[in-house]
Amino acid sequence: MPEPLLEVKDLSVHFKTEDGLVKAVDGVSFSIMPGEALGVVGESGSGKSVTFLTVMGLTQTAKNAVVEGQILFQGEDLLKVPKEEMREFRGRRISMIFQDPMTSLHPLYKVGYQLSEAIRSHQKVSKSEAMEQSIEMLRRVGIPKPDERVRQYPHEFSGGMRQRAMIAMAISLNPDLLIADEPTTALDVTVQAQILDLIGRLKSEFNAAVVIITHDMGVVAEHCDNIQVMYAGRIAETGARDVIYYQSHHPYTWGLLDSIPRLSETDSHERLNPIKGLPPSLIFVPSGCSFHPRCPYAFDRCTAEVPLLLPSDGMHAAACHLPIADKERIFQERMLARS
Amino acid sequence: MIRYIIRRLLWVLVTLLLVALITYTIFFVMPSTDPAVNFAGKQPTPELVARVRELFGLDKPFVVQYGQFVGRLFLGDDYGWPGLGFSFSTRSELKPVILDRLWVTAQLAIGAAILWLMIGIPIGILSALKPRSIFDRLAMGFALFGVSAPVFFIGPVLLYIFWYKLQLLPGTGYYPIEDGLSQWYLHMLLPWCVLALGFAAFYARMSRANLIETMGEDYIRTARAKGLSERRVVLKHGLRASLTPIVTMLGLDLGALLGGAIITETVFNLPGIGQYAVQSDFYAILDITLIAAFFITIANLIVDIVYAFLDPRVRYT
Repeated sequence: MPEPLLEVKDLSVHFKTEDGLVKAVDGVSFSIMPGEALGVVGESGSGKSVTFLTVMGLTQTAKNAVVEGQILFQGEDLLKVPKEEMREFRGRRISMIFQDPMTSLHPLYKVGYQLSEAIRSHQKVSKSEAMEQSIEMLRRVGIPKPDERVRQYPHEFSGGMRQRAMIAMAISLNPDLLIADEPTTALDVTVQAQILDLIGRLKSEFNAAVVIITHDMGVVAEHCDNIQVMYAGRIAETGARDVIYYQSHHPYTWGLLDSIPRLSETDSHERLNPIKGLPPSLIFVPSGCSFHPRCPYAFDRCTAEVPLLLPSDGMHAAACHLPIADKERIFQERMLARS
Repeated sequence: MIRYIIRRLLWVLVTLLLVALITYTIFFVMPSTDPAVNFAGKQPTPELVARVRELFGLDKPFVVQYGQFVGRLFLGDDYGWPGLGFSFSTRSELKPVILDRLWVTAQLAIGAAILWLMIGIPIGILSALKPRSIFDRLAMGFALFGVSAPVFFIGPVLLYIFWYKLQLLPGTGYYPIEDGLSQWYLHMLLPWCVLALGFAAFYARMSRANLIETMGEDYIRTARAKGLSERRVVLKHGLRASLTPIVTMLGLDLGALLGGAIITETVFNLPGIGQYAVQSDFYAILDITLIAAFFITIANLIVDIVYAFLDPRVRYT
């Protein structure tokens, strides 16, 4: 068995605020293999972004953050690495791209400069060499006329191009892990597909592991090997992609799948099926299973006991008290009801 | 861009004409010493006053007087270009007086500007980097004081301490630089400090607020995610974005100051144009008002052009 690239063990990230302790991430454990494509799905406030910002070392800059647990990247615990050394990881071995490329790129510096800066902060190359590499990276992400584009400012790029430029910046140093935090949320639907294809292509070209964080299950359907569903700072379910889509074992996952809008030929008045209720406050997390207020199948054990993320078979694991037989039955019923 | 500048310059012209018109109107409407009486000397007879009025066209209708003034201003008068006229009180031409005084005001303004930039901005930056620390609280406390304390209070207090009691600095008055570098410098030191205090406080608060806001932007997070050193993130990414509004403010403040730092000049007895404006000599006030308006409008134009250079998203067609 190859060594995992990233192993997160019992990670918790709490923020001390005037209103109370915000438990953004509360006991999360998972691992990512080299070259794997992991989709992390959940609503806003599920802790998906904070988890990976902590992997990058970017939450620790907040003075009120309390981080516990272990983040083992290629064997090293990133939470114990001194700040100066962490800089070596960021951008070079682990990269991250963010949701809104317009605000994520510096408006006052040319795109070529921003790319070269990333390269030169980790490699001893001259300005012109870094510029050459930047032009090449822009070409590889599919931006036409890259030698002209490097001399332009971000506001002269279209939305999709800006995200490509960000991807180029993130991938320029051949990282082992690329984290994409809602990479397509701010883009048009047609551009979304292009960007996801690009990420998939680069993943194989560069042999990197990729994490795609999103609230949209449709986004991860085609490009991810495994899917991890998060809710209220904990992992609800995790497993291979097909298993999650066709054999999931958690009511929250069922809710997410049901809420995907479908183009229906038969019933043009079909309504959207959202999950009823709202995500819970991360200060006053519900007792027991944090999903129980919104779960149609909750029973007394759910309010009392926090369900553990236990594997049901192989890699597939769900944090839910329902017996497996019941889960499979309910899932079948829901599938039939949908079609 | 050139067309934009030309258009703006035409507006400067229109502004100046309007300012002249309004100032003229105020003088006509408000009761004030008749310039002719000033000119005519001690206890003039009514006939003398009437002759003086006729001589200088002060009996002509408003429109004519205004028209003649504008004409003289742009085409020059007996004393050269621009036609700034002469003083009714001293009966001598105004242009050399005004230019000399303008030079003094410029020294005061520019010296103070350098001082307030050197003090205010670093304080603001350090406060922003350590918000709510002891340094931040002390710095903002100082800023509150600086912004609130009036010049006519701080000035005499500092004079009392440094000149009267400690005898470290010379008193009020102006020493031209040709007459001695150290004397000039020592006489300007207190006025510079006093004038700079309020501005330094204001700039400290502004740079602090701007930098705090900028450091919360997404592109700062990207810069950190790229693995840049914190120093680079703050200086090259954070400061660059937060200081552009400060440049704008600096231009406008300097433009306004060149119209005369009236209170500072009065407290320290510096012969600048601000001090000269506090009197009733008609043409003098008119000239100084126009000069102040000119500097302010030109400063606005320069600041807008500079901003387009600093921020590539702003382009004038």
